[in-house]
Amino acid sequence: MIRAENIAKKYGDFVAVDGISFEVQRGESFGLLGPNGAGKSTTMKMIAAVSTRTSGNLEVLGMDPNTDGPAIRSQLGVVPQEDNLDQELRVRENLITYGRFFGMSHAAVAKRADELLEFAQLTDRAKSKVEPLSGGMKRRLTIARSLMNDPQMLLLDEPTTGLDPQARHILWDRLFRLKEQGTTLVLTTHYMDEAEQLSDRIVVVDKGAIMAEGSPAQLIRQYSSKEVLEVRYGSDKNSTVAKSIADVGERQEILPDRILIYSDNGERDLAEITKRGHHPMTSLVRRSSLEDVFLRLTGRSLVE
Amino acid sequence: MTAAVRVSAATAPKRRFGGMSGGNARAVIERGLRATMSNNYLVVLSGFFEPVFYLLSMGIGLGGIIGAIDVDGASVPYGAYIAPALLAVSAMNGAIYDSTWNVFFKLNFGKLYQTMLLTSLGPLDVAVGEITLALLRGGVYAIGFLIVMQVMGLVLSPLAILAIPAVILIAAGFASIGMAFTSYMKTFQQMDWLPMVMLPMFLFSATFFPITVYPEAIQIMVQCFPLWHGVELIRMLTTGVVSSMIWVHIGYYVVMLGVGIVVVSRRLRALFLG
Repeated sequence: MIRAENIAKKYGDFVAVDGISFEVQRGESFGLLGPNGAGKSTTMKMIAAVSTRTSGNLEVLGMDPNTDGPAIRSQLGVVPQEDNLDQELRVRENLITYGRFFGMSHAAVAKRADELLEFAQLTDRAKSKVEPLSGGMKRRLTIARSLMNDPQMLLLDEPTTGLDPQARHILWDRLFRLKEQGTTLVLTTHYMDEAEQLSDRIVVVDKGAIMAEGSPAQLIRQYSSKEVLEVRYGSDKNSTVAKSIADVGERQEILPDRILIYSDNGERDLAEITKRGHHPMTSLVRRSSLEDVFLRLTGRSLVE
Repeated sequence: MTAAVRVSAATAPKRRFGGMSGGNARAVIERGLRATMSNNYLVVLSGFFEPVFYLLSMGIGLGGIIGAIDVDGASVPYGAYIAPALLAVSAMNGAIYDSTWNVFFKLNFGKLYQTMLLTSLGPLDVAVGEITLALLRGGVYAIGFLIVMQVMGLVLSPLAILAIPAVILIAAGFASIGMAFTSYMKTFQQMDWLPMVMLPMFLFSATFFPITVYPEAIQIMVQCFPLWHGVELIRMLTTGVVSSMIWVHIGYYVVMLGVGIVVVSRRLRALFLG
């Protein structure tokens, strides 16, 4: 569906995307992960044929986005980061006009709009204005809108940012159904749980370049350990304790508020530490997550 | 995945102008009409009354004092002299309002064009659609005003029927230039330049008196203004005093429209597909 070879985007001297390559297969669910400013949205825009790349080869559905924008976009659904619903129109009208932009017939858009209102659980708000809808409703409407043309591939740029847990779970459920129906999904996110829920394969980008690639499980195996033991001794003591337990686990990370011990058996290591006489204030053994991978690859400092 | 190849409900448009157009400006117009119907038709109406008020106050008020004005040797009553000018002005106002303030909001706040360009529309569809909407509005104002003129007995020639296409041409010229101008504007302060251009043009373009009252240098300046050409064009048609200059006036607007459309679609491409 997508083949990107060494694509780059420069705005003047600023390099937003610095030569990344990846492929997305039909029916796959592909996640682009990275901190703010990593180049995720720019990459999405190039795929969606709304931003021309500076260099590299990019093929979307077998066409070049730089010259075949309308033809590519006719097969894509795009859910932008910010809701950009048409405030001058009502809920159902938003769907109708959007379908008309694709050149669909009046009859086809009417039928499709009703189906999608149902899908987005917005049927009872069909005649409502857009502005009073809740954040979750707006998002669902934006997703419904992106599906008007029954796209082969759906691009979602941070689909659940700013939503409450209930709204996120409803949305994930809807997206999962689309995936089951065979729609190719490409999403960016910086929520690791979202990436784990929705992606078959993930690419981690930082500073415009690819840091790692693989399925969530592969990435965890490769860049983290099976389990993570978190122990706290209080801000003052963490670093002194750390010296005497430095040989425990595969790898350690000493943070101001706690020590992370990456290990294949957290309980065993906790027992070992306690045996040495270091009783932590609190301790936690958990499975390693994509978040650990992400932080390891992109660092803990705030990059913006 | 072995899912059968899915085909989207939208048919892929052919490549036109290197991806600049999806050949569907009609959907943009449709959206505009729908939005106007459900929201701001009262605002639309208000634009019609402004020139009518000018016509009533100046035409009847001043007309009684001034009497007639000499146009190319023909004597034309004052009301019939300013009415075609006001008709051109109403076309200009309708087109400019739609193509500047309305476009400014859609561009910078509504994100409407960004949304349109996520579909199989291209920048050229958006430009042509929005300009058409603006000139539709200018056209509706003009037809209404022409009816008022007819009722008041200010139409002196059957050629006046040609004022309708002429007005649409004028509206198209202003709409495309207005939108081109707006595509460069980022702040409200910049938009405030607009009345600085519009007001003097309205007052000095042979609207209320012939430009022969000015010194030669100023006359030439006025003749460069687009509105002057519009006023002269419409005046020829409603008074029936036509000269070969009509082709210059028409040519002026054709060029204005062409330049406007080229600039607008380039700007939309730079702004949204950059």
